[in-house]
Amino acid sequence: MSALDAAVPPADAPAADDRLRTGLGAAQEAARRGFAAWVRREVAPFAGAWDRERRTPRSVVERMAAEGFLGAVVPAGLGGTGMDAVTFGLLNEELGRGCSSIRSLVTVHSMACHALVRWGSHAQKEAWLPRMARGELIGAFGLSEPDVGSDAGAIETTAELDGDAYVLRGQKKWTTYGQIADLLLCFAKTEGKPLALLVDLHAPGVTVTPLDVAGTRASMLAEITFDGVRVPRENRLAGAGFGLAVALSVLELGRYSVACGCVGILRACLDAAAAYAGTRVQGGSLIAEHQLVQAMLAEMATDYRAARLLCLHAGWLRDRGDPQAGREVFHAKHFASVAATRAALAAVQVHGANGLTDAYPVERYLRDSRVMEIIEGSTQIQQVTLGRWAVEEAAASGESGG
Amino acid sequence: MDNKQKVREFVSRFVKGHDLGDGEDIFATGFVNSMFAMQLVQFVESTFGITVESDDMEIDNFRSIDAIAALVERKQGAAV
Repeated sequence: MSALDAAVPPADAPAADDRLRTGLGAAQEAARRGFAAWVRREVAPFAGAWDRERRTPRSVVERMAAEGFLGAVVPAGLGGTGMDAVTFGLLNEELGRGCSSIRSLVTVHSMACHALVRWGSHAQKEAWLPRMARGELIGAFGLSEPDVGSDAGAIETTAELDGDAYVLRGQKKWTTYGQIADLLLCFAKTEGKPLALLVDLHAPGVTVTPLDVAGTRASMLAEITFDGVRVPRENRLAGAGFGLAVALSVLELGRYSVACGCVGILRACLDAAAAYAGTRVQGGSLIAEHQLVQAMLAEMATDYRAARLLCLHAGWLRDRGDPQAGREVFHAKHFASVAATRAALAAVQVHGANGLTDAYPVERYLRDSRVMEIIEGSTQIQQVTLGRWAVEEAAASGESGG
Repeated sequence: MDNKQKVREFVSRFVKGHDLGDGEDIFATGFVNSMFAMQLVQFVESTFGITVESDDMEIDNFRSIDAIAALVERKQGAAV
């Protein structure tokens, strides 16, 4: 073990150590250990193969459901695990450490669940949430379209009310796990204003086309076309003008999930690079003894800690219902995703040419980290938003520097 | 401050330079965007301690200061 490894306790280190440093409760730390052990056993050894095969085996989804991961944000009274935000973040961190595709499944499925928990009527919750928590129904998030990304208000898919159903026409793109999802939280325009619907992806008129991307390759992305799909009126989560209210609240959960997943990528990069540097000999010495390699490891180790603390802080605020939680989630996602890319680039560099082959996981981490800077608000959207908030905060506090 | 006055004060932050009537269509003024709908929902939930659900998220419930105040009154009454 290198000195660097000693500074980061392994997953099975005494719980008291971690509590002192991170403020995690005993139950949260115990949950984290459970997640970490499950990921080490069920995910990490196979993540490279799933990535190459561009699919997530159904058996993995079933095991995740059995562990309660698919009911993470569903209250216990509706069959879910009812995790607090910090614990949910730890789940995403550990899953992200093993496989960003698997973590993405928890992200989008939880977003669909959260929309129902937060906005659904009693009947809607009863109808869907217990089955979603059991993994019988897989949820996905349908906002992006071929020509609509960050500008969510510009969606072109339409939903026209016809009797007791909305008739859906249009296209969604980059739908994570769209290939296996059963229920899509879909945003469309009616009377020129966005609404939110839950769409059965097995209904007549739905066409699902697989998409191939360079990162999170096992996340089974799809393009989904709606050709006159009839969606029952009772599947409506929000009427005209309120669809984006649902989208934005759900995206905050997604952003938090991605941010925590990025902490996992950071940790995986650090572990892989430190391990490689500790065994690779060049010029008669381990490359871990080269100061320029140590510098890369130092930056990774520091970024990992900073990103993790930002995520934990955001999680604590979410658990307290603090109105500042949304802002802190933005900060956490921005920092963690950019730092994950930085760490993945450095991890590949430490591995040299080996890092560019799939014999080592770091090239996957690099491809996956790029995805994290695009989804749930691109880095540039995060910067614009955070920059604007900083200016507003300074103006509100009268500290404009004048 | 009564409910309607609280709603009036919140909405007036967005509809600047226009004397909005209590029955006037907020969304037709051209002053508000799609983000406003979310902020409005958050405002009524946090200010009046109610939970807005899917059936409430109709434009008619939020179209005017009168409509929002009526929604709040209805939800508060239902909660008792």
